[in-house]
Amino acid sequence: MQRRLKLGVLFSRVRVEEKWIFAAMEKRGIDYERLDDRVISFDLENPEPWLAFDAVLERSISYTSGLYALRLLNAFGVPTVNTAAVAEVCGDKLTTSAMLAKAGVPQPRNMLAFTPEAALEAIEAFGYPVVLKPVVGSWGRLLAKINDRDAAEAVLEHKATLGSVQHSVFYIQEFIEKPGRDIRVIVIGGRVLTAMYRKSEHWITNTARGGEGELCPITPDIEELCLKATAAVGGGVLAVDLVEHPEKGLIVNEINHTMEFHTMQPLSGIDIAGEIVEYVVSVAKEKV
Amino acid sequence: MNAVSCPECEAQIELDAGTDAGEIIVCPDCGVDLEVTSIDPAAVQLAPMEQEDWGE
Repeated sequence: MQRRLKLGVLFSRVRVEEKWIFAAMEKRGIDYERLDDRVISFDLENPEPWLAFDAVLERSISYTSGLYALRLLNAFGVPTVNTAAVAEVCGDKLTTSAMLAKAGVPQPRNMLAFTPEAALEAIEAFGYPVVLKPVVGSWGRLLAKINDRDAAEAVLEHKATLGSVQHSVFYIQEFIEKPGRDIRVIVIGGRVLTAMYRKSEHWITNTARGGEGELCPITPDIEELCLKATAAVGGGVLAVDLVEHPEKGLIVNEINHTMEFHTMQPLSGIDIAGEIVEYVVSVAKEKV
Repeated sequence: MNAVSCPECEAQIELDAGTDAGEIIVCPDCGVDLEVTSIDPAAVQLAPMEQEDWGE
């Protein structure tokens, strides 16, 4: 007889997504443990307690905690969703850009500089407006649209003076005149599940920033692009953000590896939490 | 009884059935974010401030 699977869910806060995931686990009668990332600790000489898990789903709200936990779990040989390698790529927007570029996936034009002076020179050569993005961060925080040289000088100086070391990695992106919306697509295990327009009058269309959701039909173009993009970052449970570029057409803006779906699940009627759990089970079974 | 007192404004808050430990609720009186730290007995504390690397 096959041994019963044991799963772990690493989390920081029980958001509605985590409630749905826990409910999906319970509905399927899965033996799982809730792992609060503020309570757990790892002893590298004693990985045994962690080896009890056939797979761990990472839902940490802190990118850093989640990433380090994944690295240790993967080092112990515990399968995770997503893998540490995927989290490394997706959690850092510049690394995502690098992997997309390597795979030839269309994306906004990006530039990188390490000093305010070099960044200003790059921006001047590129032309205004541009967007300055932190390489790590989410929910549309600390994005700056730079319309002219005065703004560029001010924001670059502020970032260099006030920010952490990471804010001195100047990640510069073309500003895209998108049609007041972008597209969020959920891809799980190489399957495109559902897509949603996120609409906003503001240039930041993130629903965490008040953007509204509307179902978007999955066209063959969207499907092909999302499968290529998710394969480029290593696959798993991912949310791809697409932008409709006026000249380039559909391009990939970013890919999230611990996505929120409180708007998408009710909107699409698709049990995204259930699909995630099924995927984690499939990953666990590969190990057993 | 699943009532708690808001640590910010001392309002009495009744936790909904189905509330989970680790969940964030908003105090209906003062609007502060509270984290439910335990269900039985019911307890809340001020939710942690958003950190720079938080997100999806």
